[in-house]
Amino acid sequence: MNTIGFDVAHLLSGSLVLVSFILLYQDRVFALLHMFTFHALVLSFSVAWQAFVQDAPHLYITAAIALIFKALLIPIVLRRIVVQLRIHQVLETVGGIGPTMLAGMALVALSLVVTLRTTHAGDRLSREDLAFALAVILLGMLMIVTRRNAISQIIGFMSLENGLILAAAGAKGMPLVVEISVAFAVLIAFIVIGIFLFRIRERFDTVDTLVVERFRGERR
Amino acid sequence: MSHLPFSPPVWALLVPAASALLLAFVRDWRRAAQINVAASFLSFCMALGLFAIPREEPGRYLLVDDLNTVFLVLNAFVGFTTSLFSAGYIPHEIASGRLTPRLLRFYHAMYQVLLFGMTLALFANNIGVLWVAVEMATVTTVLMVGIYRTPEAIEASWKYMMLSSVAIALALFGTTLTYVAARQALGEGTEAMRWSSLFKHAAELDPSLLNLAFLFVLLGYGTKVGLVPLHAWLPDAHAEGPTPISAVLSGLLLNVALYAVIRFKILLAGNSHVLSPGPLLIAMGLASVLFAAFMFYRRRDIKRLFGYSSIEHMGIITFAFGLGNPLANFAGLLHMALHSLTKSGIFFMVGYISQAKGTQKIADIRGLTESHPFLGWGLLAGTVAILGMPPFGLFLSEFLIVSSGFSTHPWVILLFLLGLLVAFSGLVLRISGMAFGRPTGRIEPIQVIPLPFWIHMLLVLAAGIFLPTVVVTCFRQTAQLIR
Repeated sequence: MNTIGFDVAHLLSGSLVLVSFILLYQDRVFALLHMFTFHALVLSFSVAWQAFVQDAPHLYITAAIALIFKALLIPIVLRRIVVQLRIHQVLETVGGIGPTMLAGMALVALSLVVTLRTTHAGDRLSREDLAFALAVILLGMLMIVTRRNAISQIIGFMSLENGLILAAAGAKGMPLVVEISVAFAVLIAFIVIGIFLFRIRERFDTVDTLVVERFRGERR
Repeated sequence: MSHLPFSPPVWALLVPAASALLLAFVRDWRRAAQINVAASFLSFCMALGLFAIPREEPGRYLLVDDLNTVFLVLNAFVGFTTSLFSAGYIPHEIASGRLTPRLLRFYHAMYQVLLFGMTLALFANNIGVLWVAVEMATVTTVLMVGIYRTPEAIEASWKYMMLSSVAIALALFGTTLTYVAARQALGEGTEAMRWSSLFKHAAELDPSLLNLAFLFVLLGYGTKVGLVPLHAWLPDAHAEGPTPISAVLSGLLLNVALYAVIRFKILLAGNSHVLSPGPLLIAMGLASVLFAAFMFYRRRDIKRLFGYSSIEHMGIITFAFGLGNPLANFAGLLHMALHSLTKSGIFFMVGYISQAKGTQKIADIRGLTESHPFLGWGLLAGTVAILGMPPFGLFLSEFLIVSSGFSTHPWVILLFLLGLLVAFSGLVLRISGMAFGRPTGRIEPIQVIPLPFWIHMLLVLAAGIFLPTVVVTCFRQTAQLIR
């Protein structure tokens, strides 16, 4: 592995973690959408770079999917939903920004410790890639947990999926089937969730999941 | 490809796939229900065909061995009987206006897609394809749970969607890690994701990576099994969807997720340097049994009640596989098969009861044995069976689990027994109120198709009285495979 190849891969996947952090503290819908676009963009570059370094042309497809689908299409559609439903108010978070950021830092530290300790074998690139990917995944989960609003939960989930693609792209030679299936799963998941959003709006005039919670079977 | 184009595994996949396509174009819901039953019956015949053909070497795409044959035959059977039940269930839903013919077209197509996804998950000789198939099955059930579009249904499917998406994401990360662990030994490419080659070279895989991979796989697929503390989606999803889907969820989809966990457990057993998955499974299984047992007492919705019962029983099965000795594995498999049969049978009853009474609230259902004798006594029989009372087969499997573990894990078994006892009284308390007393609410009889319920209960009863040697040998062979 030449140094420049390693350094750029490192820089890109590190930036993905950084953007995940930025996602954590966005409290406006449009800012959140912009940041997610940026997240997908960084992922796309990162995967493309992996394709170049590993000499694995099929990864360019994954990069293209990330670019077109996640960085372009999804933000546009989500933006339309937000405008149509008129929900561009300030987003509620559960814990407050400070504790969330601290928890995020702890999660990143955890994923670095876990992954770097366990993977002695394997080359350095895929080790660190796995560590970063796990960090992105955990931050995505944290975001889902700390948000009540359906839109930000979706974005949290998609940033989590970005982490998965980073991991799959970093695992050298992993068959194409998987990358496409991941992209496909995201597509399905998104469509489904999108449908839900509309149904939720239909019923409650809000997409705040706390309102939905009130309808639970047992707590009436 | 070593599989001939006409071999049963290929057909078992083709039948549901083709009928899903067909059903998407059938407008008349009565016809669609008939096609659904016919297709499910054909799938069941294909699954039985697996016994007729000699076992082939694992192919590039499909893997057929004792383990997935057991799962598949069970799946196809319950899939078939549930389609029968569904054919009797949906006319009421149409009459009461809860479902429209258009939604039913979607429902029937999705039913077959779900069967296809589960069959693919069981047959796949590739951890990536397994993942895709489980994801497919999950998405279809999410859509089905939300089909009534009531606020509760939407909330349930939203929660199910979010939790299972995160779970499935974790499972994919575990899958990726498994690939990375295998890459050094098996080289890059598909070979390092194929079950058959992974098992063959299990000892050469990177142990620390495999450990990490198993943790993620357990968290991911464990959520789909409904193990505590990852169970939150399960009661809601069971309560708010159409009852045939509750039956399929409990009877089949949970098993398929468990199948994935067991496969990974076998993989770990082949490598002497990794952690032993047993204690983890025991802990999660025990937690599920105890948690579900205490939750019975405060349930107000009959379908949620049996959702919690599914958590309890998946806990029991996981506990058995965690003990891991041949007898416990045997008992675990037996319990899994019998639980699927019993629980889906109970859901058949519960479906008709909620239709007859027009409610799922336990408090509003009284005196069923008087107003609807078949439903009342049926529910009671099912409950007695699911509680593991002697004439029924679940007594045998629970007894075997307890006796197989008592010498090695006495304290754990005591806790396990405590869970069973608490669950026992909790469920008896809830069900006796519904079955006996003065009938309230609607007492008009409703039309039912009793056959699926009878078949299930007779099988469970027969297993309790006499297990045929064929079944014992089959389960014993499979149990040895699990290790």
